[in-house]
Amino acid sequence: MTDARLVVGPFNRVEGDLEVHLDVTDGAVASARVNAPLFRGFERMLEGRDPRDALTITPRICGICSISQSAAAARALGAAQGLDPTPQGARVAALIHAVENTCDHLTHFYLFFMPDFARPVYSARPWHGQVAERFTAMQGSGARNALTARAKLMHILGLLAGKWPHTLAIQPGGVTRRPSAAERVRIRSDLRGFRRFLERDLFGAPVEDFVALASQDAAMDWGHGDAGLFLRLAADLDLAALGRGGGRYLSFGAYPMADGPAFAPGLWQNGKLRAPDTDAILEDVSHAWMLGASAHPSQGVTEPDLDMRDTAYSWCKAPRMGGRPLECGALARQVIDGHPLARDLAAQGGGVLARVAARLLEIARTQLLMEELAQGIDPEARFMQRADLPRDGQGVGLVEAARGALGHWLRIEDGHIKSYQIIAPTTWNFSPRDAAGTPGPLEAALVGAPVAPGEDTPIAVQHIVRSFDPCMVCTVH
Amino acid sequence: MNLLWLQASGCGGCTMSLLCAEDPDVFDSLQDAGITVLWHPAFSLESGTEVRATLERIERGEIPLDLFCVEGAIARGPRGTGRFQMLSGTGRSMMDWVTALAPHARHVVAVGSCAAYGGVTTAGDNPSDAAGLQYEGAHDGGVLPADFRDKSGLPVINVAGCPTHPGWVLETLMLLADGALGADDLDSYARPRFYADHLVHHGCSKNEFYEYKASATELSEMGCMMEHLGCVGTQTVGDCNIRPWNGAGSCTSGGYPCINCTAPEFENPRHAFTQTPKVAGIPVGLPTDMPKAWFMALASLSKAATPPRLAENATSDRLDVPPTVRKPRS
Repeated sequence: MTDARLVVGPFNRVEGDLEVHLDVTDGAVASARVNAPLFRGFERMLEGRDPRDALTITPRICGICSISQSAAAARALGAAQGLDPTPQGARVAALIHAVENTCDHLTHFYLFFMPDFARPVYSARPWHGQVAERFTAMQGSGARNALTARAKLMHILGLLAGKWPHTLAIQPGGVTRRPSAAERVRIRSDLRGFRRFLERDLFGAPVEDFVALASQDAAMDWGHGDAGLFLRLAADLDLAALGRGGGRYLSFGAYPMADGPAFAPGLWQNGKLRAPDTDAILEDVSHAWMLGASAHPSQGVTEPDLDMRDTAYSWCKAPRMGGRPLECGALARQVIDGHPLARDLAAQGGGVLARVAARLLEIARTQLLMEELAQGIDPEARFMQRADLPRDGQGVGLVEAARGALGHWLRIEDGHIKSYQIIAPTTWNFSPRDAAGTPGPLEAALVGAPVAPGEDTPIAVQHIVRSFDPCMVCTVH
Repeated sequence: MNLLWLQASGCGGCTMSLLCAEDPDVFDSLQDAGITVLWHPAFSLESGTEVRATLERIERGEIPLDLFCVEGAIARGPRGTGRFQMLSGTGRSMMDWVTALAPHARHVVAVGSCAAYGGVTTAGDNPSDAAGLQYEGAHDGGVLPADFRDKSGLPVINVAGCPTHPGWVLETLMLLADGALGADDLDSYARPRFYADHLVHHGCSKNEFYEYKASATELSEMGCMMEHLGCVGTQTVGDCNIRPWNGAGSCTSGGYPCINCTAPEFENPRHAFTQTPKVAGIPVGLPTDMPKAWFMALASLSKAATPPRLAENATSDRLDVPPTVRKPRS
């Protein structure tokens, strides 16, 4: 028996437009439907254009995952050309991408996720005063420091990518801007500045020590910095049990370089790792306001249902691999890469705690990666090579955005884009139901979330939704 | 002053860019200007019913709306309903909200080229039938009519750019809070002249290459990108090479062309963004205010006079040949 139906929105501190429909029974969510209420039609805009235009248009799908879109487009074009970036070009592209992903994680933690714990509903909790001081929206000292650290880290993007967001610096054959020896040392200096912020504010201890955490129990005892504050309140509120995932994780592998990706690709299912089978991807449109049949993205179309039929409820298609929904993001990436903390967080439920702690872990690991990437820049090397575009061809670009697996499927005919299909991370995570009625990962994770009497925008629902760090503008593209 | 910010049909990148403001950061800048944020979708606390209550009170005139910032184009489809973007939780389209709230505003600010003119959201055949607030591309009149004026008598202020520079947005808001931005301070597309009276060419690090028409032939080369690589910095408004991005950056210093992102209809240039269209081998498009005959004459003269240093460096990815160092006259 449903006690109440709630429509939650506007849902802010997520990127883009999100509306969540909840059926509430006995003080808990019995069923959820996730609506992405925006249609723009980027895949349609690309049809008929010069293939190179994808590098200008696709970053503008999203102002927060802009470089991820850029990287995926470059890989898809490169695949169609049979062109790889030079080793040093790949290195600089990886560094550019890592800066964006790190900034996104930071923005999520300080500006999007944590302010909810400064709400009056938690005023009786022992940690509330400290959280309010650090994380109150637009005011908290932690949020302010993070904003400054983020802007300064992005000086690396000013230098290597011209600006952020929306750069054209990442190309199929490498990058447009060769760093000089003096710029290489400046980049390393920027990274040392960011490390100072991490070790003073976020971790309160050496980055390496956080990377060395090997279990959820060990993480819960961390005790330093803003990470420690989060872990303390997570224990108090039992965020480990909130919003548990399905335990099936996807990663396309992050930061491809000459000697392989920095974080491994894979599909994690039933506690076992195997290679993702991208041929088994199907985008189901049964509950999306899209016409046409469910299809693999290489054959997919984007035909909006102008009538917005009643049996559908989102502009988001429902991607499935082998018929099953998958969760992606920092937790998925770190589980698949085999980090012991991430594996343990997933084994213990993969809920709100796990998603957020894995993001913190990834900030720490990516700091080490960025330092290594910058260290290895060789200003004497080539950073770009070129090849002609084929008149006809196809290519796939698979990358990892901050929020997870991002794929571009491109087909070129007669020198122009014939088809361009995109599956973004939050398309996976916030997909609607498929034809079998199987809910998307967020829809499933919301079931059981507590709803207190009188709550119309349930706080637990907000924590769960934001723990995924959704990017809705990418979702619908 | 009260500020309300809505994200319409766009990428959110202008907000992300705004968060890159430095010394002071965005929150200090707004606070120092006496601007109170009623609600912003990316960084305010309020969600759901709390936000709906604020929007409804503004609409009823119970909360004064001084600065109404809209980021993103306004979707009008399907079939004129605006339902391609519903403001979640409200059962109303963003088009409906924007047209309902704009008349209450002392100033309406279109943040970014999408909100101003439609921008990338209207690329290709404009699948969502989107438009800017007061322009549809370069044409007067968007979801607000061409004769719309805010309570102070100004049209929608178009802080165009893709994305916008944080300084453009903050200075516009600070000028408005100060009562110091009038109709004469806007250009013919209603862009604030403090940045729109400049060209991207001004201060471009490739200027010496431009002077001698020493051109890059491929992306990543040092030379001027006007002749072959689609750069329209000599025709595009913006102080991008005077006021750096993210520390010290700009598109051209990043090694890729200016694509005219502060202008209406930049999203459909009718050629590949990174390739200069040519007629009989001669690039189409003249530097702003340059008579064609003189440009042709000067270009051929300067090309003939190109120093070997520039010719060589133009097609290299690094400065192979340094400038000659002169000794002081003794």
